[in-house]
Amino acid sequence: MLTQNSKIIPLNYDKLKAKLEILADAAKYDVSCSSSGGNRKNKNKGLGDSSASGICHTYTEDGRCVSLLKILLTNFCIYDCAYCVTRKSNDIERAAFTVEEVVDLTINFYRRNYIEGLFLSSGIFKNADYTMERLVRVAKKLRLEHNFNGYIHLKSIPGASDDLMREAGLYADRLSMNLEIPTESGLKLLAPDKNHQDMINPMRFVKNELIQYKEEKKKFKSTPKFAPAGQSTQVIVGATQENDFQIIHVADHFYNNFNMKRVYYSGYVPISNDTRLPAIGTQVPLIRENRLYQADWLMRFYGFKANEILEKDNPFLDLDVDPKMGWALRNITQFPVIIQNAPLEMILRVPGIGVKSAHKIVHARRFQNLTMEHLKKIGISVNRARYFISVSNENMHLKFLNALNLKEIILTDMKSKFEKPFDNQLSLLNDATFLR
Amino acid sequence: MTLLSYDSTFEGFLTAVFEIYEFKYSNPKIIKKDDLQQNLFADAIEIITDNSKSDRVIKKLNAQLESDGVRSLIYAFLSEKPGIEDVLFNVINYSVENPKLNILKDFANDNVLQIVQLTKSVGREKHRMEAFIRFEQLKDGIYFAKIDPDFDVLTLIIRHFKNRYQDQKWLIYDLRRKYGVYYDLKDIEIVSMDLDIKSLEDKNNQVFSETELNYQKLWWEYFDHTNIKERKNTRLHVQHVPKRYWKYLTEKKMF
Repeated sequence: MLTQNSKIIPLNYDKLKAKLEILADAAKYDVSCSSSGGNRKNKNKGLGDSSASGICHTYTEDGRCVSLLKILLTNFCIYDCAYCVTRKSNDIERAAFTVEEVVDLTINFYRRNYIEGLFLSSGIFKNADYTMERLVRVAKKLRLEHNFNGYIHLKSIPGASDDLMREAGLYADRLSMNLEIPTESGLKLLAPDKNHQDMINPMRFVKNELIQYKEEKKKFKSTPKFAPAGQSTQVIVGATQENDFQIIHVADHFYNNFNMKRVYYSGYVPISNDTRLPAIGTQVPLIRENRLYQADWLMRFYGFKANEILEKDNPFLDLDVDPKMGWALRNITQFPVIIQNAPLEMILRVPGIGVKSAHKIVHARRFQNLTMEHLKKIGISVNRARYFISVSNENMHLKFLNALNLKEIILTDMKSKFEKPFDNQLSLLNDATFLR
Repeated sequence: MTLLSYDSTFEGFLTAVFEIYEFKYSNPKIIKKDDLQQNLFADAIEIITDNSKSDRVIKKLNAQLESDGVRSLIYAFLSEKPGIEDVLFNVINYSVENPKLNILKDFANDNVLQIVQLTKSVGREKHRMEAFIRFEQLKDGIYFAKIDPDFDVLTLIIRHFKNRYQDQKWLIYDLRRKYGVYYDLKDIEIVSMDLDIKSLEDKNNQVFSETELNYQKLWWEYFDHTNIKERKNTRLHVQHVPKRYWKYLTEKKMF
């Protein structure tokens, strides 16, 4: 038997390197890098296994997980979306990988344990189906010719036909379509050649296929897999005037009606002098982005409803405190929560108590009455939780619960720890490599 | 105090636990044979590892603490923390005294809490190895990685890498504990050896395959270009990738 490397045609290293630089740069604004949810086992003495939970193999210097080789097949594009670096009118270097090059990079990075798999997106060249067909070809080659069981995430191209989407679902673990601009009016303003419905249709198709797959799987065990890690989308935050209330409700809509696994929020990084957008040099709204993720977690893991997190007449998340704390401060009458006998759902609503800690509390309280010291050891964030709970020993902090300035008291408490986490941003402007 | 010495294996430790109940030793303390010299004043009973005895302890623990609980005890053991034998024995004893309860759910108990925390630390180290190991392809085609984990997790990661890499030969070597795991396309073998690491670090010598450095450089470039400079956040970066792991990361190398 030949070893796996002897049959690979030698590639032109310099050419490949130049392309990789351009096409990794162009793909980096897509924040998704998840590799979880796959269920492909390595049953055939092949390469790779994506049946376990995802792995971040490294983190970028901005602190984001690197799990997949995230690249564009090409950054040639027929669209002119104002928020996108790859837009037609932008004067940048263009490049395109061949199918073989992407396959070779994926396999060789995977063999060295750099990545969990491939996240392949693309600028749209010629037309939607032509582009989608190329993406599918990469995934098909990896699966069928290289026996690759690693993770594959393919971008759905707006306007791609149902047939191609079905084929994509056979080879990919996840499919995603980035909404980018949460409202139709925003999209009209910034991406006049993109059609909202062209984006929704493939998402709906994938959703229906997923439901159908689930049904057929019950009857026939041999039903071929269809995108086992589901589909996801991304919205850009801070490019247009949408408020958090709108964004949260768009996310909620996709979770409920499109079987979305994840909605990603990407703080807009200014890349254009277009007057419709924030100017170059404007700070990326990192804290706002972080608050949106926290709100998203509250909806998915903590049992919060979208309309509990924000109200129409107060449509922005508080940047000073996390949304769970925000809810607690607006709903003081629900507290204190009695740790020894409150239901799990209520313990989950206490600021400073995470999902795992909540479960530990429910177990541990069967053995003894829990004190504040116990909770500290279990790992809850006592300096936030202590204002909202009653435990078996005396809790001095409860007396502040009805204080009008409770928020200020808590903020002073947390200040030392969380003071300006992003204060190194401005110094960046002096960095010569800043805009490479 | 009754001092019992064992051979540093988990089975040896469990044999000692079994004999404590079998012979009703009073006030027992289990200690590694290698650590005996520091306790010159006491006469130690030497435990001969006996798998039939350790299996019976495992079986009992399985029934009371479930497989998750047993796994947790193994993880805590692999932490190599000084005095871990005392904590483990206390927890096992607590379990024996409360046969109807899964005492590992008593998260407010100090011994249980220590086990839970060690399990978390060892589990995190295992996960980090699965993430941060970087294979380099040698001339003869073998994918080779060296590690230096805080805890003895090499045996815990075998399954992960065996499931993943079935069509390539690979070797993972623990520099600190001087043993490795080798997969030859069929089976796994634990290999003890003293590797000459210096010869592998010499970039000019011919140990690597022809294309190895090219792929390393491509990965290095990819890592650089997937970063968004406007979002730089060094604190978060170092929190996720602590500096002590950098020495094995291709993307942190200087070419």
